Amino acid sequence: MNAVEIRNLTMIYGNNPELALSMINKGYDNDTIRKKTRQVVGIRNVSLTVEPGEIFVIMGLSGSGKSTLLRCLNALNRPSSGDILIEGQSIMNLNKKGITDLRRNKIAMIFQNFALLPHRTVAGNVAYGLEIQGVPAPKRIDLIQNALAMVGLEEWSNSYPHQLSGGMQQRVGIARALATDADILLMDEPFSALDPLIRQEMQDELIALQQKLHKTVIFITHDLDEALKIGDHIALMKDGEIVQLGDPEEILLNPATDYVARFVENVDRSKALSAAAVMVRAHTITYPREGPMVALHRMKSLGISGIFVVDRSQHLLGYLSAEDADQLIRQYERDPGEYMQKDVPTVSPDTLLCDLLNTMARTPIPIAVVDDNGQLQGTLVRGSVIAGLAGERRVS
Amino acid sequence: MDFIPRIPINIWTNRAIEYLQVQWASSFDQFSSFLKSMIEGLQDGLIMIPPALFILIVAVIAWYLVNKKIALFSVVGLLLIENMGLWIPTMETLAMVIGAVFWCIVLGLPLGILAAKSSTAHRIITPILDFMQTLPAFVYLLPAVTFFHLGVVPAIIATLIFAMPPVIRLTDLGIKSVPTELEELGKSFGSTFWQMLIKIELPVARPTIMAGINQCIMLSLSMVVIAAMIGAKGLGGEVWRAIQRLDSGNGFEAGLALVIIAIVLDRITQSFGSKEYK
Repeated sequence: MNAVEIRNLTMIYGNNPELALSMINKGYDNDTIRKKTRQVVGIRNVSLTVEPGEIFVIMGLSGSGKSTLLRCLNALNRPSSGDILIEGQSIMNLNKKGITDLRRNKIAMIFQNFALLPHRTVAGNVAYGLEIQGVPAPKRIDLIQNALAMVGLEEWSNSYPHQLSGGMQQRVGIARALATDADILLMDEPFSALDPLIRQEMQDELIALQQKLHKTVIFITHDLDEALKIGDHIALMKDGEIVQLGDPEEILLNPATDYVARFVENVDRSKALSAAAVMVRAHTITYPREGPMVALHRMKSLGISGIFVVDRSQHLLGYLSAEDADQLIRQYERDPGEYMQKDVPTVSPDTLLCDLLNTMARTPIPIAVVDDNGQLQGTLVRGSVIAGLAGERRVS
Repeated sequence: MDFIPRIPINIWTNRAIEYLQVQWASSFDQFSSFLKSMIEGLQDGLIMIPPALFILIVAVIAWYLVNKKIALFSVVGLLLIENMGLWIPTMETLAMVIGAVFWCIVLGLPLGILAAKSSTAHRIITPILDFMQTLPAFVYLLPAVTFFHLGVVPAIIATLIFAMPPVIRLTDLGIKSVPTELEELGKSFGSTFWQMLIKIELPVARPTIMAGINQCIMLSLSMVVIAAMIGAKGLGGEVWRAIQRLDSGNGFEAGLALVIIAIVLDRITQSFGSKEYK
């Protein structure tokens, strides 16, 4: 079952949504609708599904409808048409009690400017959701301490928000959401108000926290780097519509529209692209079936100066350069064991480029991309890595 | 513009007052005696406290809530009042102010909340507040006397009319100025109307509301002098008597006592609003 499913959701701001809806169905654009009917289209025909335990990023510039969409999920906004399913249950026709229930127990929200209550201590702020849930005071104490421990603020429970730095304040906001034990967290640009360094730190912490807790996180941002870093899936929005939906690499490598392409242009690709996305096919010989003669022949015909040696099940054995192969042939030796290089630099397919550039600079031979089973998946050559960093659409 | 016949607002007003006076006499009397016993009880209570003890209590409160300087000022100021022989009228005035401010808060706070929550209520309340604040006090002192007779009750009523608007206005403003994000916080965690009000809106609006209450106290103090004209005693009575006798010296003394009380009350109540969270 999907954690969240949105079907054809449209939301109109104004007093006559029906009129605007009929114009949307006829295909008029938002500007025309606004001029003709004075209704503002917040989101139009959005459909998406969020799997349990993933971080789903909704990204777009201001006015793209991302905040409007997020606020539909906990019924702060009431959409004009379409359907929202939370854990399989439609929330469109919930009565007041149903909505209160949903907000208290299923969904918690984290805010851009932290939304901490200035008159309450850190512990008092974390207690808020629990108070509303009706958890009795003695039981709250442990839950509060647990939540604060998860974000590393146990020591600060008696401080007031204004005594904390921005990053710490947002941790309190996260602890408050976690304390309610909601399965779904809505994060509305939670790190946008923080300094760049603190922001990265918080992103890393969110990822670490997520690996432990497996919440379903719906995360809004206008920062593509952030989206690519933390998102399992990303929905890119413009003018209330989703222009592209996919995982980070799909968006980087195959921008669906010029708009997305322009967006993607300035991103720091080294932090988003993995080795798998830029690796090329590795040329190999399979030992013992093939020996140094085949190796040399293959290198000559391909115009390369070295070749990987694998066994029959594609496990990497080493790297044989042309000179090494030549030596072997002179000595009538078939086993490359002595001569080939065994400590080939290897990375896993999901290593990010930023983490392997250093290795690449230091090693004279190509880097091997090896999966968890030790099987050779491909290789990284300088050309393909640079092409990936430069943002060429198709890397061969 | 003779073609428009004279609209007899004056006659209508008089008739309305006469009507209320006749038809509602007993309710006015009951209300009047209730208010009177409340204020007079308060006055008696304050007068019963020995001046030395009273001064000590005020000094401790001022020290705890504000600082040493204001505590010292309170001691010197109150001793001066005692020295001028104005202790009893001062306590009478203080009782009237406390009584008036109490009712201003009890009535004004809910009205302010209502105005913040309902735009209809806001539209109705605002012009009434304009009326209350700009209508010259003497205009409503007269009918107040006809309803409640001379004495402390019409004085309190007049003070209520004059001093309540800031409580309502600033409660309204304070609640409306609660950041949208905090409103969303309350809603997104599933708070009810009352949970929102008590756990978020009122505490966040507290400094603004306290500023309104502070204003209410100051306006009450300035009103008690005018109220002395219709028989309220206290410092206002002293001022009024001095004016009638053209006795500038005694008038100044009573005025000075009022200023001292005003400063002490102002500094202490301001500290409620601005106190940092420790």
